[in-house]
Amino acid sequence: MQPFLNALLLQAGYNATLVAVGAALLGFAAGSSGAFLFLRKRALVSDAVAHATLPGVGIAFILMVSLGGEGRSLIGLLLGSAVTAWIGLLLIEWITRRTRLAEDAAIGAVLGVFFGVGIVLLTIIQSMSAGRQAGLEGFLLGSTAGMLFQDAVVIAVGGSLAVLATWLMRRPMTLVAFDSEYAAAMGYDVRRIDLLMMGLVMAVTVIGLKLVGLILIVAMLIIPAVTARFWTERSNRVIWIAGAVGGASGYLGAAFSASAPALPTGPIIVLVAAGIFVLSLLFAPVRGVLAAVIRHRRFQARVHRRQGLLSLAAQHPIREAYTLRLLRRDGLVRADGVPTQTGRAQAAKIARDERRWDVAREVHQDVGLTGRYDGLTPIEDVFTADEIADFDRRLGPPAAVGGA
Amino acid sequence: MGADFVQFSLTPLLIGVLAAIACALPGNFLILRRQALIGDAISHVVLPGIVVAFIITGTISAIPMLIGAAGAAVVAVILIEAVKRLGRIEPGAAMGVVFTSMFAGGVLILEQTDTSKVHIDVEHALMGNLESLIWFRAEGWHSLLDPAALATLPHELPRIAIVCAIVVVLTLVFWRWLKIATFDEGFAQVLGIPVSALGFGLVVTAAVAAVAAFDAVGSIIVIAMFICPPAAARLMTNSLEHQIWWSVAFATLSAILGYVFAGYGPLWLGATNAVSAAGMIATASGIILGLACLFGPHRMRIGVGKEPLG
Repeated sequence: MQPFLNALLLQAGYNATLVAVGAALLGFAAGSSGAFLFLRKRALVSDAVAHATLPGVGIAFILMVSLGGEGRSLIGLLLGSAVTAWIGLLLIEWITRRTRLAEDAAIGAVLGVFFGVGIVLLTIIQSMSAGRQAGLEGFLLGSTAGMLFQDAVVIAVGGSLAVLATWLMRRPMTLVAFDSEYAAAMGYDVRRIDLLMMGLVMAVTVIGLKLVGLILIVAMLIIPAVTARFWTERSNRVIWIAGAVGGASGYLGAAFSASAPALPTGPIIVLVAAGIFVLSLLFAPVRGVLAAVIRHRRFQARVHRRQGLLSLAAQHPIREAYTLRLLRRDGLVRADGVPTQTGRAQAAKIARDERRWDVAREVHQDVGLTGRYDGLTPIEDVFTADEIADFDRRLGPPAAVGGA
Repeated sequence: MGADFVQFSLTPLLIGVLAAIACALPGNFLILRRQALIGDAISHVVLPGIVVAFIITGTISAIPMLIGAAGAAVVAVILIEAVKRLGRIEPGAAMGVVFTSMFAGGVLILEQTDTSKVHIDVEHALMGNLESLIWFRAEGWHSLLDPAALATLPHELPRIAIVCAIVVVLTLVFWRWLKIATFDEGFAQVLGIPVSALGFGLVVTAAVAAVAAFDAVGSIIVIAMFICPPAAARLMTNSLEHQIWWSVAFATLSAILGYVFAGYGPLWLGATNAVSAAGMIATASGIILGLACLFGPHRMRIGVGKEPLG
């Protein structure tokens, strides 16, 4: 516990602090830009983009070495990866627009082929200059060991720029994500905004390569956005909640991975995000599973209670155990199933409301009002007191239940 | 084409071809059903499946690994369904959440356990090691008739051969059902075909193919094998029967071309070392798909292509 707390409070040493801050920033940027991708229902495009960075890393390394450089410059490698990621993105677009293949096939094809090309390049590099291969494999799953200060600066600056761009672009991107045809009618160039959105995603992917690696960066883009969706119905909040979830998982994950050996940073960050996702799935207030279960139980109870009261009014015996238990708990029937005073009163009320609805359906031709009858909505919510009084005049005086 | 070829190239080549065919067959249906990315999800969860199987059994023998990976695929499919239904989330995002989490879990377990003695390290799992599957005891073509030498064949070869045969048999047996359910699910239901069980079986078959191919090409390049040959075949013809044959041909061609270019290409260019065969196979399949996209006779969607679509 102590090492974890130390790492959490940035006391676990220089490198761990760098990684934690970088991961938090990256997580925030990935979460907020991934939210648009999720709302646009194109979450898995980011998977292809991420895998398409690998050949770029290889090409950049080979170029830098053949130009006499050292080949390890992070900025150079990231620029290279951005170029091939962009090519991959354009290829997906081209395949879906020009051929009859669906987008999912295009995504899978680009993902697999670009990764294959990247692996070929990695094997070339391994044979090229044995001593200097610079751990390019680290880009597959991320490697934070021995991260330099300048690498952290790259992540920090890049992450902040991505967040800034997200904030600047939030309006057109939200519009396109929700209703691209309306956006087109408003005069926005939907295709360009789509590409910008993807460009943002690509930037985050490239920045995250060093930290979580190209296979798991997808998780940083998707999981926070999906998680945020559980907590709100408003698009602008989804973006910032997703950013917060991403930032928190980045920070917690980095701290946790620094606290013990053999806890690789990338997978831990993803698993923290997945944990937050599971908690949200289960316990979110409106869309969560628990909330849905509670809602369902309440609805069930209301239906049973009403059916029970109607049976009391009609003086039918109640055999359903759950209904009896419910009525007994509310003091509407006695233990032997005989209705109490309150039970009879409420049964009379419900039976009378039922007859009022019948009258209402005869009097009103307005389906907008009478269509709201579902047996559970109180008639007072739909009609005014005057109208109900009018129904009552047609019905005659109320009758008591149970002959009392 | 002498003894060296039999010893060093015959088995990897065969394994590559069989793996490519085993993946391409279910791939045809996945593509037509717009489930291509299930292949993506499956190939990612193969890794945790194999790792867990290794931890439980302590060995890297074939059967536990196949079961482990197929089990992981089933778990992934169930989880994706659960996330989709419970959270009312669109399928792509649900997939993205599930397979990345499972993959992260797999990597974590792999790092936590001491697997240094066995050969499932992360890189092999991701990149494949087709080149290492050589037949040491072979001395020439006559070794194919020598029981003693045949016994030393790399055990990946019979494994992928059996899986490939199973996939072929399943495709033939369920051909009519698959065809009807793929093109008209409602009609298939009316006929009484168990549509959802069929879809589930297709995914499990794809998972088994992915595991068997995993030895040869690693867990990511499998995606290219699932998608590229069938996608290219889709652009060549309008008939499902022909599409299957095209996809098998493209798969075979990618495997052979990829292997040959990886092994001999660099030598022709004056380099001394071979490059990754798995990567090259994916590259070859990508080039074939690219050519099909440019020149395939049925590449256009009907009514699309004449006027530029905005």
